[in-house]
Amino acid sequence: MLIFELSRPGRRNAAQAPAAGVEASGIPARCLRTQPLLLPEVSELDAVRHYTALSQKNYSIDTHFYPLGSCTMKYNPRVCNELAMLPQFRARHPGAPDDTGQGFLACLFELQEMLKSVTGMTQVSLAPMAGAQGEFAGVAMIRAYHDSRGDAPRGEILVPDAAHGTNPASAVMCGYTVREIATDADGNVEVAALKAAVGPRTAGLMLTNPSTLGVFERHILEIRDIVHGAGGLLYYDGANLNAILGRVTPADMGFDVIHINLHKTFSTPHGGGGPGAGPVGVNARLAPFLPLPVVGRAKDEYRLLGERDLPLSIGRLGAHLGNAGVLLRAYVYMRMLGARGMQRVADFATLNANYLMAELAKAGFEVAFPRRRASHEFIVTLKHLKEKTGVTAMDVAKRLLDKGFHAPTTYFPLLVPECLLIEPTETESKQTLDAFAAAMKEILEEARRDPQRVKSAPHATPVRRLDEVKAARELDLAWRPVNRER
Amino acid sequence: MPFIPHTDEDIREMLAAIGVASIERLFDEIPRELRGGALAGFPPALGEMEIARLMRGRAERDGTYLNFIGAGAYEHHIPAAVWQVATRGEFYSAYTPYQAEASQGTLQLLYEYQTMMASLVELDVTNASLYDGASALAEAVLMAVRAHRSSRKVLVPLTVHPAWRKVVRTLVRNQGIELVEVPYCSESGHTLPGALARFEGRDFAALVIPQPNFFGVLEPVDELTDWARAGGALAIATVNPTALALLKPPGKWGGRGADIAVGDGQPLGAPLAGGGPYFGFMACRRDLVRQMPGRIAGATVDAEGRRGYVLTLQAREQHIRRSRATSNICTNQGLMVAAATIYMALPGPDGLAAVARACHANTLALVSRLTAVGGVARAFSGAIFHEAVIRLPVPAAPVLNALKAQGILGGLNLAHDYSGLGHALLVCATEARSEEDLARYAEHLARIVGRRTRPAAGALKPGSKT
Amino acid sequence: MTTPDDLKYTKSHEWVRQEADGTVTVGITFHAQEQLGDVVFIQNPEVGRRVRQGEECAVIESVKAAADIYAPVSGEVIAASQEVVDKPERVNQDPYAAWLFRIKPGDRSELGGLLDAAAYRELAESEKR
Repeated sequence: MLIFELSRPGRRNAAQAPAAGVEASGIPARCLRTQPLLLPEVSELDAVRHYTALSQKNYSIDTHFYPLGSCTMKYNPRVCNELAMLPQFRARHPGAPDDTGQGFLACLFELQEMLKSVTGMTQVSLAPMAGAQGEFAGVAMIRAYHDSRGDAPRGEILVPDAAHGTNPASAVMCGYTVREIATDADGNVEVAALKAAVGPRTAGLMLTNPSTLGVFERHILEIRDIVHGAGGLLYYDGANLNAILGRVTPADMGFDVIHINLHKTFSTPHGGGGPGAGPVGVNARLAPFLPLPVVGRAKDEYRLLGERDLPLSIGRLGAHLGNAGVLLRAYVYMRMLGARGMQRVADFATLNANYLMAELAKAGFEVAFPRRRASHEFIVTLKHLKEKTGVTAMDVAKRLLDKGFHAPTTYFPLLVPECLLIEPTETESKQTLDAFAAAMKEILEEARRDPQRVKSAPHATPVRRLDEVKAARELDLAWRPVNRER
Repeated sequence: MPFIPHTDEDIREMLAAIGVASIERLFDEIPRELRGGALAGFPPALGEMEIARLMRGRAERDGTYLNFIGAGAYEHHIPAAVWQVATRGEFYSAYTPYQAEASQGTLQLLYEYQTMMASLVELDVTNASLYDGASALAEAVLMAVRAHRSSRKVLVPLTVHPAWRKVVRTLVRNQGIELVEVPYCSESGHTLPGALARFEGRDFAALVIPQPNFFGVLEPVDELTDWARAGGALAIATVNPTALALLKPPGKWGGRGADIAVGDGQPLGAPLAGGGPYFGFMACRRDLVRQMPGRIAGATVDAEGRRGYVLTLQAREQHIRRSRATSNICTNQGLMVAAATIYMALPGPDGLAAVARACHANTLALVSRLTAVGGVARAFSGAIFHEAVIRLPVPAAPVLNALKAQGILGGLNLAHDYSGLGHALLVCATEARSEEDLARYAEHLARIVGRRTRPAAGALKPGSKT
Repeated sequence: MTTPDDLKYTKSHEWVRQEADGTVTVGITFHAQEQLGDVVFIQNPEVGRRVRQGEECAVIESVKAAADIYAPVSGEVIAASQEVVDKPERVNQDPYAAWLFRIKPGDRSELGGLLDAAAYRELAESEKR
């Protein structure tokens, strides 16, 4: 049932609208709307019940184990939400002067400092509103840096073929062409291919470490030297920062610029697809180009730095200062963990991943990189299962939903056929991992015994498998009342 | 260990299952010389009670103000049900609905949102959100350039929000796109169709048309849309969603309507929250849908023929098309859209229009009270929606400071972005402001301006030097 | 027949049929449609467009993938199929009947460089491995 189908003409929520009778006296008639507005006419109870019922059709961290690789679906502490939504923070207008928000700005300033501490970078801007916007900002800074030196012919960004799709897309938005670098059999960047690719056209290399393949890039120092030696800069995609917190920093690995996904590593909620936050960190040579605003402190006064303070900045990425409410949630989370807690994140995320990898291998699953340690995530490939039984990675993913688990990431990275990318995160207990491994084992046995049962999954979800082909061929992107064709 | 459930026994068993002696060993692939990432200066852990004390102390120190600033972020009443339902864990802690069968709640909500938003703007399709209004405008510019093919020039009136213009510049300049400014009429405060004559005959990919514009003034959108159409340029509308309950929707502007509409969804249930998170919305004509960035939900059927929802047209997006994608956007502002959908469902069509009328009426009342103060006048004659520029007889900054000392945020000082306007303030009074609020602002303004314009006893004569 | 002997092929998985009137007809191979999965959208080049060999001139999308179609030879696009635009599933059902567009070649020598069926079969097999 759609909310529109609950609608009854004339039903009103008297409490939720200002008194009627006020006229739009100052607006010329030619500017006024004459078309009916397709909003539902429902009671407050109708709306609350409808959206509560909808929510119950979702799998979420609060309701299910959610081992979605590359997304770091860890527990989102409730207190982070409560404290970010304190009435004074909630009511703060973005145009309010800095001196009316010193407490608010203190939190953001300290967040910048903590992010510098965990990454080793020299300066941080909190402006980017998601990881992809952080990537854009990072690559734009690389470009601004080369331009400022008159080093204009550097028109190419190198990206490993295992990278997230956002990497090449962000580079293109900054006006670069993208050259892909191959990956070797152990999941490392192919150093020979990198050597062959770098040159006077290289603006930089974008790298995730540990990589999207769930292994640590062991040649990182050699890679650093190759790229820097060619005059390029090194970009760190922080998607997998959870794996290395307190163990190794992007700065020590030689990265010049990084972005951090607060909605992954620092536990801000994913919200059904956002909002996130993608702060960027840089070393000293890129600091003049940081996106605006940056929170500055002089004596004990906090202030948003703007164009006059950073005249070489790449500019603004949003109308205001970024996803402030998300930043406050991350601040609360980081303060609660403290220095020791930060390191334990990586320790236990890694312990959980390696344990689950060992358990799944024991259960008969084929691990993609058996000679390697898992980072905070790992890949299982079902290539041989598919050949034998016809059961695909997607089928196994759907069958997991029946067993009360959200599915791992499927078909990413593209390099590994029929893959499941599994990231348990540190907030899951051994008992949850054991239950997941047991469910996976059952599915494997079922795939051999009764493959059709797996291929036709899910059976227990609010809807059965959905026809994505029909959705794309016969686009239906908005509801239309039966008797009101547009 | 906060949020880590492992017991010592768990750890022992897990290490044994892996076959290593310690957690330390799990990091042995990291080159030795790199290990030991510093956490210099990182503060020690706080318990929930301690962090709550810290945050509450800071919040109380910041306090709250009687707010008359709008300028792209508007203080509206948000029904209690909106965030109580939106922060249910099933919405709050879910990810992007890639596994459709496990995400029907989010997906159906997106479909309902797309329906509501398409109706607000009267265009065929909308996406499931972008970061904010400013970045949505940048995406619209990129989209128009892709769709237009022959031109990489876009006309941007100076009546578009100055911060939005900065954002667009940041986001499109590396792709060789030229933004050409269009001046406004200093009397009416809107763009004059006649001002476009100088661009006649040149090839532009798009004309941006704000409604209402940054000054709160209504633009001649029909003429501007038709001008764009006649010259082969796309018309990009930037609109306020509250206003659309009252104003002619972009899909009906001029002879054939705007091609793309974008805006900031903040007025639909997002708290001001210091600047975000808000969300950007984007809608377009059906034939442009494959050029549109961002996620889109679509209806389909399941294996048993029941209605269900999926993310569709994903081949436009970065996870499939990589460097050829319509945008690099991945994570959007999902939860804000959940709140917006519930927000729009609660008051219904008449209720949202009533909110819009109340904002309009309150701002007119505010302007009339403020301009009753000696030397204070409206800067522009054009009709407004829920914001207005007023001109003070004295510099705005000290006046705003004096108001702030009384707990009032008196508006946005335009001295920096529009220095030619004199001592100008952009003010706004939404439905959340009461008669008493307006009276309080006017009283203080009269006192503060009066003190600065009336020569006090013994004051220096004009022209004398100190 | 998944790779008809009477057609020419490209490394980017287009098939090419030489017509009696000297024009060539272009589509995508059985192997290509199999790799893409259910095709949901096709964008064809405009008739009259001049293309160079290897230039991107059409787009084909499935639910999970998108592919560019490259001009197998240089020349002028003289026809584009409306049928596949309206019914993209035709490409899955019968890839060798569901042609996309026709080109009037500008340089017939380019045809000589295309793969024959045996060479294409080998290429497709090697990709499956």
